[in-house]
Amino acid sequence: MSVAISVEALTKKYKDVIAVNDISFNVEQGHCFGLLGPNGAGKTTTIEIMEGIIGASSGSVVYKNKENQAKEVDNNISQQIGIQFQHTALQDFLTVKETLNLFSAFYQHTIAQDKLIELCDLSEFLDRDNRLLSGGQRQRLLLALALINDPEIIFLDEPTTGLDPHARRNFWQLIKNIKAQNKTIVLTTHYMDEAEQLCDDIVIMDQGKIIESGTPHQLLSKHFNDVFIYLPKQQVPPTLVEQNKWTILSGRVEITTSNVEKTLALLMDNKVSLEGLHVKSANLDDLFLHLTGHSLRE
Amino acid sequence: MNTKRFFAVFKARNIEFFRDKSSLGWNLIFPVLLLVGFSFIFSGDGRSAYKIGIINIAAEGAAQATEENKFFEDIRFIDYIYYESVDAAKSKLSRHTIDLVIEPLSMQYWVNDESAKSYLVEKIFSTQLNGFTRLETSGKKIRYVDWVLPGILGMNMMFSCLFGVGYVIVRYRKNAVLKRLKATPLSAFEFVSAQLLSRLFIVMFMSIIVYSGCNLLFNFFMLGSYFDLIIIGMLGAFCLISLGLLVASRSKSEELIGGLLNLTSWPMMMLSGVWFSLEGAPPALKSFADFLPLTHLVAGARKIITEGATLSDISYHVISLLVMSIVFLSLGAYFFSWNTER
Repeated sequence: MSVAISVEALTKKYKDVIAVNDISFNVEQGHCFGLLGPNGAGKTTTIEIMEGIIGASSGSVVYKNKENQAKEVDNNISQQIGIQFQHTALQDFLTVKETLNLFSAFYQHTIAQDKLIELCDLSEFLDRDNRLLSGGQRQRLLLALALINDPEIIFLDEPTTGLDPHARRNFWQLIKNIKAQNKTIVLTTHYMDEAEQLCDDIVIMDQGKIIESGTPHQLLSKHFNDVFIYLPKQQVPPTLVEQNKWTILSGRVEITTSNVEKTLALLMDNKVSLEGLHVKSANLDDLFLHLTGHSLRE
Repeated sequence: MNTKRFFAVFKARNIEFFRDKSSLGWNLIFPVLLLVGFSFIFSGDGRSAYKIGIINIAAEGAAQATEENKFFEDIRFIDYIYYESVDAAKSKLSRHTIDLVIEPLSMQYWVNDESAKSYLVEKIFSTQLNGFTRLETSGKKIRYVDWVLPGILGMNMMFSCLFGVGYVIVRYRKNAVLKRLKATPLSAFEFVSAQLLSRLFIVMFMSIIVYSGCNLLFNFFMLGSYFDLIIIGMLGAFCLISLGLLVASRSKSEELIGGLLNLTSWPMMMLSGVWFSLEGAPPALKSFADFLPLTHLVAGARKIITEGATLSDISYHVISLLVMSIVFLSLGAYFFSWNTER
């Protein structure tokens, strides 16, 4: 697999704040690359430097085409990439169709509008004023604008923030459809389930630095052999909790174990009722907590 | 510049304006309401004093002229206005701005045979004018509504240009519309020029609609050429839009831009001759007013409408507007920021 974007020693300083601190990574062609981290981690700054929207204090972002020709990011990159910002408004009083026409006029090469409408499922509200769109419809329109120039690389900055679970799942399906066309996607999110669903590679950022990178499976395997078993607190004798050094969390006993069978046998031997038992394997949220000591959404 | 991108933004901005019914309505109704209001308030011409123009040639025979002037000035409750040129005074008489013109040196006087006040003031002065040669002139009266028309249209253009460009750009910047546009191949020059020409088109279109509609109601005085009026209107609007772009070149705060635009527009509303002439104002104030684009727009348009001036007659105002436009645009382009850098 060849590299689509190479980020080297990137740093961005704002007066006294270092938003991005000497980070390096590669984005593979045709992959969905996830930049993960809590609010303020430096994800948006990183992605906006990669898009050429803001300049870096130091370091470089190099784009490579399929022939492996390299080019440093500049203002002209906008013809070749698609961008969906985290916060953006659309021009008032224009309909969805008029907005698509407006943005189509900006590019030399554009995707057929019918295809775009179908891909982003816009047909129901094509003649609706931008101001009257629901959150999900608006995000689908913004995604369509990001795809309008048929880019090879698409940047999506927290595209599902603020959407209800149903709209989020619909949006994930759209991204999967785009990914199936062998496009490279750079996605920032603080939803771990989103990253697990969509990303081939992830970089976890905190306080402007990369704290871990790899595929989701690699990272979880590297840091967690265990699974979590939860039981209502009143069902487990306190002496058993104490002897096994289990943890009490929000009225539940949390048991961390690498051998589920042996642990269940221990509970049954002590005549502990298994009613309300819940078994969970570690996810990226747990990984982030493990790496930083604080939750992704803190 | 890519014309396809330019026209896409131009068209989108026009659609936004014409679909915003509240803004469109206000732009149409506000000047009409002002004109109707002022026409009603000043329908009786509240300036009750008679005005006599006296030709006072300060060269040879000045002493005699002064002596003769005193002879007329003995009559009270009359305003005496001195002119060096008979033509200038006759022009004012023909437009009912003054009621009688007297040239003591040549023992001549002029009346406007279409003016009731001119007839009455001639009767009042019958004794003093005994032995003078009576001459007549004629002309349609300039009402206050004719005089104030360029001011009100100019003021409406000013608000539309400053707020319609300045405020909108700051709103676009604040809610990241500009940031989204920056992420496309659209250049700052294409965006700014599309905004400028879109607003110029809107302002001229709306002003022509308002003028034409009100003209049916008031039958405005018009001595000059409509073409010249449109040219000075376009120059004035261009200059005011450039000023709006300059004011909005960097700010991201709607509150700040509201304050800055008010700070820019209020002095023009008060000091640019919209409501009253600055002829008798202190020289310092007149000099300050000369730096305001609305002063030149209103003065130029007023001279075309009420004096039949041509563009070459008002070249001072035309050049002033051009120079100011270049300065405002250059500074606006220099300072303009999409403001994506936090």
